Amino acid sequence: MELATVWFLLIAVLWTGYLVLEGFDFGVGMLLGIFGRRRKGEPARPNDEAEKNRRVMINTIGPVWDGNEVWLLTAGGATFAAFPEWYATLFSGFYVPLFLILMALIVRVCAFEWRGKIESESWRAWADRAIVFGSWVPAVLWGVAFANLVRGVELDANHQFVGGFFSLLSPFALLGGAVTALLFLTHGAVFLALKSEGEIRERAGALAERLAPVTLVVAGGWAVWAQLAFSVAWTWIAVVLAAAALVAVVLATRARREGWAFLGTAVTLVAAVVLIFGSMYPDVMPALDPANSLTVTNASSTEYTLTIMTWVAVVLTPVVLLYQGWTYWVFRKRISTKHIPDGIGLSLRKDAEPVSSAKE
Amino acid sequence: MDALDLARWQFGITTVYHFIFVPLTIGLAPLVAIMQTFWVRTGDVKWLKLTKFFGKLLLINFAIGVATGIVQEFQFGMNWSEYSRFVGDVFGAPLAMEALAAFFVESTFLGLWIFGWDKLPKKIHLACIWAVALATNLSAYFILAANSWMQHPVGTIFNLETGRAEMVDIGAVLTNNTLLAAFPHTITAAFLTAGTFVAGIAAWWMVRLVRQGREEKARVYRSAVVLGMVTMLVSGAGIIWSGDWQAKLMFDQQPMKMAAAEALCETEQGAAFSILTIGDLSNSCEGVTHLIELPGFTSFLATGDFDSTLKGVEDLQAEYAEKYGFTDEAGNPISYQPNLAVTYWSFRLMIGLAAFSAALALAALWLTRKGRLSENPWLARLGLLAIPMPFLASSFGWIFTEMGRQPWVVVPNPNPSGVDGVWLLTQRGVSEVVSAGEVVGSLVIFTALYGVLAVIWFRLMRRFAVEGVAEVEHDPSPDNPDKDAAAPLSFAY
Repeated sequence: MELATVWFLLIAVLWTGYLVLEGFDFGVGMLLGIFGRRRKGEPARPNDEAEKNRRVMINTIGPVWDGNEVWLLTAGGATFAAFPEWYATLFSGFYVPLFLILMALIVRVCAFEWRGKIESESWRAWADRAIVFGSWVPAVLWGVAFANLVRGVELDANHQFVGGFFSLLSPFALLGGAVTALLFLTHGAVFLALKSEGEIRERAGALAERLAPVTLVVAGGWAVWAQLAFSVAWTWIAVVLAAAALVAVVLATRARREGWAFLGTAVTLVAAVVLIFGSMYPDVMPALDPANSLTVTNASSTEYTLTIMTWVAVVLTPVVLLYQGWTYWVFRKRISTKHIPDGIGLSLRKDAEPVSSAKE
Repeated sequence: MDALDLARWQFGITTVYHFIFVPLTIGLAPLVAIMQTFWVRTGDVKWLKLTKFFGKLLLINFAIGVATGIVQEFQFGMNWSEYSRFVGDVFGAPLAMEALAAFFVESTFLGLWIFGWDKLPKKIHLACIWAVALATNLSAYFILAANSWMQHPVGTIFNLETGRAEMVDIGAVLTNNTLLAAFPHTITAAFLTAGTFVAGIAAWWMVRLVRQGREEKARVYRSAVVLGMVTMLVSGAGIIWSGDWQAKLMFDQQPMKMAAAEALCETEQGAAFSILTIGDLSNSCEGVTHLIELPGFTSFLATGDFDSTLKGVEDLQAEYAEKYGFTDEAGNPISYQPNLAVTYWSFRLMIGLAAFSAALALAALWLTRKGRLSENPWLARLGLLAIPMPFLASSFGWIFTEMGRQPWVVVPNPNPSGVDGVWLLTQRGVSEVVSAGEVVGSLVIFTALYGVLAVIWFRLMRRFAVEGVAEVEHDPSPDNPDKDAAAPLSFAY
């Protein structure tokens, strides 16, 4: 196999890692806006059950969300190194959606890390808004972006994207956004049910049961559309696999078999990547006029660079999987409100006491 | 302003901003690891208190560094797509290596460290913070490899057919002499930042507590003062050594940048080092007046010989124009001279601000010699005043490095150690399909959001610094038979 094709596969693997892993932490962040909603007029006592439930949710992904996000950075860096033309055209062409994703990720990172630092209801409410916004926006926009890659975009003969922002918002692309949002939501609900105990587990399990059939219909519909309109015959395998996995999710969520349900949503995401990348190959960025498409050949780096990067990836990726896997093992236990101690946050305002008065 | 200027402003703002937080993380992670090592080795609870205290500050800072770092990797493609096409074959490699070799380690093991206090055996937990500390430093190496290549392209050829720079020797890229000098300079600057941060906060606390008559507690902070001050002194020496090495390389590799930094307009033998030079608003050589100078010192810095000859801005301009063209494609004349005032002043501010920090360290070590506590209020005040200095010095250092490189984004290298034939003007690197309106939009929103986050970051850091170390701190590790006394998930969200 040519090295450029190997790298196309490797980048697909990196995106798989990203969507499967960050997919559930996006989902948990999205669900924070549903299960963690604050009702108007209801007094919030510090460390009450509602707040502890929110913290149960956040702590299920606490040790791992940052590591999950690095899959995106690696996919981005690998695209830059292996397919500079693809990186350049894609990132400049999808300027606005990528900018919005960046905003979302920035506030999300800060909100996770800073939320518990201050003991104040309004502080936490703002952090929760940032987490919810920061999880929904990328969840929708990644779907829009990938659907556009499947569909093809307007490139000129110099491989520049000339379609303009609104060309990215076709019905197929918007439906793609709905698909990733629904998939992540279901994936997150199933993960939450798997990782928590008590009220959150109940609610997540119940919601996953209701979401699963909807996700099956919407994601299945989009996959068939993508397959019929834009793909090649062999990716039917991915469509069938995704559909079968989602049917399994429907059944497993009914039976509250949380592990199986999570496996099902994860397999669905893997199948989605296979469909997306399979439909594009040998293009990396199909153009509406096929003569202008970026392909694994015309977008790639030199043989030398690809060889070096192959060695780096082949050696390091298994190591990454090993220690990330170990992290999941260390934090394998379910979390309930019993495990959540009272907040350790500080009051928002406090100035240093003047020295002289304290000395007396 | 056109899309090019706007894209440059955006890159400048987002990058300088990102690099406010990064040096603190690079330096503080190892210092926290050292504190925790002392605790694990000696069992002295004061080190546990300090680990947790500075650990929280590290985490607050880490978040914003990570958040603003994502932007860095994306914006080469977003705003500088033509640059990315030109350099991707060589420039992308260190970025991808950074993600695979350093980012993954950093973020995964930080998660383990934050949440693993009561889950991991003591020594394994300690190994996690060391993994974070080493990975942040490794990360710096790869990023500087990419940046050094832009300053001094090596291991690369220009392919006329594809019109891009292509890598032929990864070893040369990863052992670029520009990189070998820039890495210790950046790392020691980061340690100076973190050392000043630790020492400044701890000195302020120590003096306050002594004056309140609480010497026992003051002793906890004294340990941090000494650790911070020693770090400052060692890194201060490292900065001077590596900076001197860098300057010598730069005179060789980017003579225009150093000539601008010295406001050296004409070619001189035994060139003086200017301490104060003023210019008029024309920002050109005609407007420059040298007021205070150290004779021969610039020549000495450049070559180690007070009498050597250095080329001035005007001769270099003529030389570059001859070699790389008098006009660009649009027919406008190209000025190969970076902004004189910015280069000159950022260079001096970098040196001056870093020197302030190191001088304070000497004074403070004297005041705390042989186990002494100090109640000198000036130590507390200067300690706090010193904290922002290395941050500013780092910022000015990068502004100097990057603005001094203009008008190039990839600098051509006349000397034999670099490759000839690989270069790119900044104006050629900007994205063709991104409109000025889009960049204005993103620039305004980035700046506003970054402003808000900076205020929150500062207030959080200040609030946690004012809180001080905990009165009691229990050993939370699973090795501790009495671990129920410790709070579960004590570091969790």
